[in-house]
Amino acid sequence: MKSLADLQAIRARTLENINMRKDEDACRVIIGMATCGIAAGARPVMLAFMDEIAKRNLKHVTVSQTGCIGMCRYEPMLDVVLPGQEKVTYIHVKPEMVPRIVSEHIVNGHPVEEYTIGAAKD
Amino acid sequence: MRDLSLHLLDLVQNSITAGADLITIRITLDGQKMLTMELIDDGRGMSPELLKRVTSPFATTRTTRKVGLGIPLMKENAEKAGGSFHLESQEGVGTRLTAVMDTGNIDCLPLGDLEGTLLSLMLTNPMHPDFLFTGETPKGSCSFDTREVRAALGNDIPFNEPSVAMWLKEALHEEMNPIFGGVLL
Repeated sequence: MKSLADLQAIRARTLENINMRKDEDACRVIIGMATCGIAAGARPVMLAFMDEIAKRNLKHVTVSQTGCIGMCRYEPMLDVVLPGQEKVTYIHVKPEMVPRIVSEHIVNGHPVEEYTIGAAKD
Repeated sequence: MRDLSLHLLDLVQNSITAGADLITIRITLDGQKMLTMELIDDGRGMSPELLKRVTSPFATTRTTRKVGLGIPLMKENAEKAGGSFHLESQEGVGTRLTAVMDTGNIDCLPLGDLEGTLLSLMLTNPMHPDFLFTGETPKGSCSFDTREVRAALGNDIPFNEPSVAMWLKEALHEEMNPIFGGVLL
């Protein structure tokens, strides 16, 4: 049974992490979640990122959302922004692709080229 | 949209854009198979003029494009399923959206992953606003209030911290699955 009391323990553990974290090594994942993104399946992708980040206990990664950027045919789309690198845009992202993006790109720094917008055929 | 929970996820963005502090979501399935989804916010509300044209796909507050499909798609899906769609709004007070669907109608959308929608909303809006969900089906009722979570967790810890996110996921499931899981009617 989950109880609100659990949250106090989580709070104590989490506060230390938050204070230790430095903004410069933050990695950001930004998912398009406007009407087009949601209809194309952005929600399970976003939840897959949260699961994967929790599983690997990655403390420097934040997942956030953005609106429609006008390329609805490529949805679900997301950007991965690593510190000091150009952002990488992934297109037609499915939850099954998320573990590879996390391990190869976010953890090891090598974008998964075949999933990026640069590899789009149309 | 493939299901109602995705419509909900989409429509809540309007409340967030309107600067709401508390977003109330109420989903009720009665014994006559009628499903009512209410979305109530305390955002800035709409002028009577905007309220009148907001169900048109060519009405939007964004400046980058001239289309906005969230509300018209929901209206179409509700009316197609033998139901109705209604919007009330008052400037400075907030907006209330009500969609009713007949779940016995063959064109009624499935409910979808409500837990996933609520979790996504909390994780992508980790500090603000608050969400109050109440659900009622023939199996009973459930509720989830992020203000209670924040009171226990503290206002300085965002919901998208991995340990908090996992707690929310499990707590939502425990609360909602007995009411919304499995066959409802």
